[in-house]
Formats: sequence, structure tokens, C-alpha cells
Amino acid sequence: MSLSSELCKTMYRDMWRIRLFEEEANRQTSLGSVVGALHMYCGEEAVAVGVCSNLRDDDYVLGTHRSHGHCLAKGAESHRMMAELFGKATGTCAGKGGSMHIADFSLNMLGANGIVGAGIAPATGAALASKLRGTDQVSVCFFGDGAAARGTFHEGIGLGALWKLPVVYVCENNQYQQWVPRMNVAVLDSVADMAGSYAIPGVSVDGQNLVEVYEVAGEAVERARKGGGPTLIEARTYRFYGHSLGDEEQYRPAAEVEEWRTNRDPITTFQSTMMEQGWLTEEEDTQIQNEVKDEITEAVRFAEESPFPTPDSVTTDVLAPVQEVA
Amino acid sequence: MRTLTFSEALREALHEEMERDETIFVIGEDVITHGGPYKVTEGIAERFPDRIFETPIAEAGIMGVGVGAAMAGMNPVVEIMYMDFVTCAMDEVVNQAAKMRYMTGGQASVPMVIRLPCGVGRLLAAQHSQIMESWFMHVPGLQVVVPSTPGDAKGLLKSAIRSPDPVLFFEYKRIYTSRGQVPDGEHIIPLGQAKICRDGEDATVVAIGPMVQKSLEAAVLLEDDGYDVEVVDARSLSPLDSETICESVSRTGHAVVCGEDSSFAGAASEIAAMIGENCFRDLNGPVVRVGSPHVPMPFSSELVKHVVPEVANITEAVSRVMM
Repeated sequence: MSLSSELCKTMYRDMWRIRLFEEEANRQTSLGSVVGALHMYCGEEAVAVGVCSNLRDDDYVLGTHRSHGHCLAKGAESHRMMAELFGKATGTCAGKGGSMHIADFSLNMLGANGIVGAGIAPATGAALASKLRGTDQVSVCFFGDGAAARGTFHEGIGLGALWKLPVVYVCENNQYQQWVPRMNVAVLDSVADMAGSYAIPGVSVDGQNLVEVYEVAGEAVERARKGGGPTLIEARTYRFYGHSLGDEEQYRPAAEVEEWRTNRDPITTFQSTMMEQGWLTEEEDTQIQNEVKDEITEAVRFAEESPFPTPDSVTTDVLAPVQEVA
Repeated sequence: MRTLTFSEALREALHEEMERDETIFVIGEDVITHGGPYKVTEGIAERFPDRIFETPIAEAGIMGVGVGAAMAGMNPVVEIMYMDFVTCAMDEVVNQAAKMRYMTGGQASVPMVIRLPCGVGRLLAAQHSQIMESWFMHVPGLQVVVPSTPGDAKGLLKSAIRSPDPVLFFEYKRIYTSRGQVPDGEHIIPLGQAKICRDGEDATVVAIGPMVQKSLEAAVLLEDDGYDVEVVDARSLSPLDSETICESVSRTGHAVVCGEDSSFAGAASEIAAMIGENCFRDLNGPVVRVGSPHVPMPFSSELVKHVVPEVANITEAVSRVMM
């Protein structure tokens, strides 16, 4: 295994950052501080962290409506993200995007997206930009299993494959398309099998296993960076919460949810691995979790104390302020 | 001054801009093999072989790639073979390109031009003849530009390419072969500026696209009736140069708005409403729209005649508002 103890601790911490950020956002929703749809990523942390830990700061990431994890894994600051969820002026998107459209362009995180499957062709476009500029930046597009049914999946991956672009398509197959079990509405069990239509490698991986995700994504990113073209990765995963907060979840057996939460939690799974390998002591574990708790407490304080956007900002950012041509 | 066709003027703008800025690339169906259906992209593959991408038939993919490349710092010029096909990429235009800057609090810029051959050309009927400028005028974050002459086509396309925000660039198919003067050298027309094409004192005709030329012809005929008609080419529908339009209408006291698209909820309707709101006290008659009836484009040339507005419709409308 090529993983260093240091990298493992960073990835472990990042998974906790996602988990605790979201659980706090959930709590803030019940308190009324966070409003609007909140699509929880909890349970899928190993996918975002395993993939993004292979990326450079200048690599591109495009997300989904469930993208808190993608942003945090790419390096976004939790206090600015929390402020965005609060609708504050200090948020990553100045209070104009919210949870579903969260983005941090300073990290080349080109945005979550409220439309299923809408990031696939733009990720291909960002990869085309890298190729045209002659840089070796890689683009990663996360999308759900529902997106694999959309035409944009076919068109976006088709173009990426045609031009052998440096892009990694990561399907987070959490097995439910909103409320519908995937296999009620799909023919192929594995989304990775669809890669054959585009003559690119397709790999299915256990999305609850951080090490596996990290290694499979590492190969795909390396291939993309070296000019070998796209890869389609399917990460088999599960969301611990409903489609969005307030979902009554009558479509998922309680025992199934309990099984994944208890035995397939990516954080506790990796925690055990690290302990077994001697990469993490109990003291270090406690310290990491406490530091992350402090970070999230600070994020909430920052969000609470931040001002709401001023009314004049409602009309800014529609078009660029200066429209004069050079 | 030299004359060029509308197609040649667009091609010249593309070549000059691609020479100037290497972040510009062209993407679309048949843009290499055939030079596009109207030959606008002809010669680009020979001169800039690495910056033109001929695609499979995948409008959503093409548009999405354009959006992503633009967000990542490039300047794509997307060609949609017939504007009707943009309906296959509406999410990419409306939910992605238009919204990115706003949703991200100003972080994103989508400097993309979407070229849209539109309107009646050869008799291609209902799925290859639409215009629908107002669909895009209605979406904040998009700019809508409609040149009516080769000179404006060149100057406006260059501005559109240099704009940091998405531009829907409407090219009326039946004026691709029309000729007009195009200045030598750098020729730029800023977006958002209407043009007074003919001065007049009695009535203002605000026209869009090919209706500009027809309005100028109508103005000559109306001289015989003793009417001195001013013709304003809107040129840019969003942002709309309401200042130039209102100044003209307030001076003449009469307004007719002409577009080739259906008047119902069309671009002309927005302009007419804007005039009504701002110039009511200066108006001496109703604001009248000239456009096509609210029907799909038929096939038979005998039917098309009753759809596309002609000079007579404009003269009739001006006479009506002057009564």
C-alpha cells in the first residue's frame, strides 16, 4: 500500500470534516438558521475524499446537488460554506447559491449543480480547456446513479472519450434515484459497465472503502494526466440520510439503513484500518475529532455573526460589471 | 469602402478574433467538413487546426462542453446548426451558462458565444425556421444580439466574443448572402447600442434583424404619403438600448415595432411595452407591433407568404398609428 500515515490522517480528518459539517448543518436546519434544501452527503465521504486526495489544487472538480463533501474534500473552508448555507454575505457564493449551488472557484471547484447530470459535459469542457492550454490539469466530475440515465451522460462522456480528454467521471451510485430504488428503473446493474460504449476503462469500486477508492481514483487521475483519456468509476455507496432533509424515507427498509450505518460506515471502517495498521492512536483519533469539532463550532459562529447580503447585491453578478470591449 | 456578404463578415470576425486571442475556439456540428451549413466557419480548420472541434450530433454535449471550457478560462464560439436545435441544449444555456455568474456570487464567468442561424431560409418549415429571441431575452444572465447588416455582423460578433458573459447571436439565414459595407481594419460595435439608420420626424420604426431593411424600404414608400419615418435598428435585444429608442419615440410621437418572429410575447412585445411605459405622454397614437402570426412556420411557399411580415405590413402599421 502506497499510503503514508500522514496522508491517511489527512483523509481521515477530511471525512470527519464532512460528517460533522453536515450533522451541524442538519442541526442548524432544525433550528431554522439554515433554510432551503439540504442534501446530505453523510455515508459517501470516502468517495469525495478518496478521489480528491489524488488531485492538485489546480485540478477541476464539478459536483452535484449533494456536494458539501466535494467542496470540503477539494479544500473549501468550512466557515465560508456554513455562511453560504446561512445565506450570509460572507458565504462562498455571497449568499446567492446556497447548498445546492455551492462553489469555490479559487480551488477550481466549479460548482455543485441543481440539475442532475448537468456537470458531465462542463467537466468535459474544463478538460478540453486544459488540453487546449497545454497544461496537465485533470477534471473530475461527480454525479449520481440517476445521472447515468440522462442524455448528458452519453453526450458528455462521448465527447470526452472522442477527444481523449483528461477527465475522470465518478458515479456515486447510492442506489436510489431520489426515492426510487435504482434497479426499479435501470437495466444495467453496474454503471461502470456503460464505459464500454465509449471505449474507456470502467471500474466499479466499494465506495465505503477509502483505500480502494483512493487507489482506483489514483490510477484514473494518473491516466488522465498522462494523456490516456477518461475513466468511468462507479463507487458503490449509500446515503445515511434521505434524499434531502425532511424526507420520510418510506421507500428504504429501516434495517437496510441500519446495516449500512452500523457496518458500512466509511469513517469507522477506515478508523479500524488505521488502528490495525498502527497509523492512528486513540489519542490522535480523539485529537483529530476534537479539532474538527472546534472547526465546525467556529464555522457556525462565523456564519451567525456574518451579515446578510445587502439589498443592492440582488442585482449584481447577473452580468460582469464592466461590459466595455477591450 | 469594400462590401462583403453577411457570411463573409462573420467569417472575417472569427478569423481576426482567433488570431488575436488563442483562448477562442469553435465547436459545432459539420464546422470543419462543410464549414457549417452557411460556410461561416470555412477556412478556420486550415488556419487554426487545433482550435476547431467538429462534433457528433449532441447539442447538449456541445453546449455543456462550451460552458465548462468557458468557466475554465477559454472563449468558445458554439455553432448550433439551426437555432431550433438549441431546444436540445436548453438546460446548458438557461440553467448553466446564464446562471453561473449569479449562483456563484460572481466567481464564475462564462464568456461564450452561441451562434444561431434562424428564421425562414429555404423552405424548411416548422422545425428549421424558428427565431425565439424572446425566450432568451427573458433569461437574466444572457445577452441577445441580432445584427442586420454585414458591417454590424462583424462588429457585433467581435464584441460578443470579447464579452465576459454568454451571448446568443442570432443570424437570420436569409440575409447570409446579402452584401453590405464593412470597414477595413478593426471594427467593433459595443453590445447594447441601437442604431438610428434613418432620421425622421413623424414616426419611429424600431426594427429587428431583416426587418430593418424592410423598414427602410417602407420609409421610402411612406414619403409619398407625406410621412417622414425614423428607423431604429435595435441590434441588441438584451441588454436593450431603451435610451436611444425612447429618445426617438418621444421626439416623433409615434412608434411601430417590427420583428420577424411571432408578435405574441415576442421581442417586439417587450420593446412595445417598454415604449408604452416610458413614452406614454409623448405618444400621439398606439404602439403597434408588426410580426408573424402566432403559428408554426408552414412549408408551402404560398403559406409562408402569409407568415413572414413584408414591407406592406410596415407601411400599413405606420399609416395606422398616424391616423
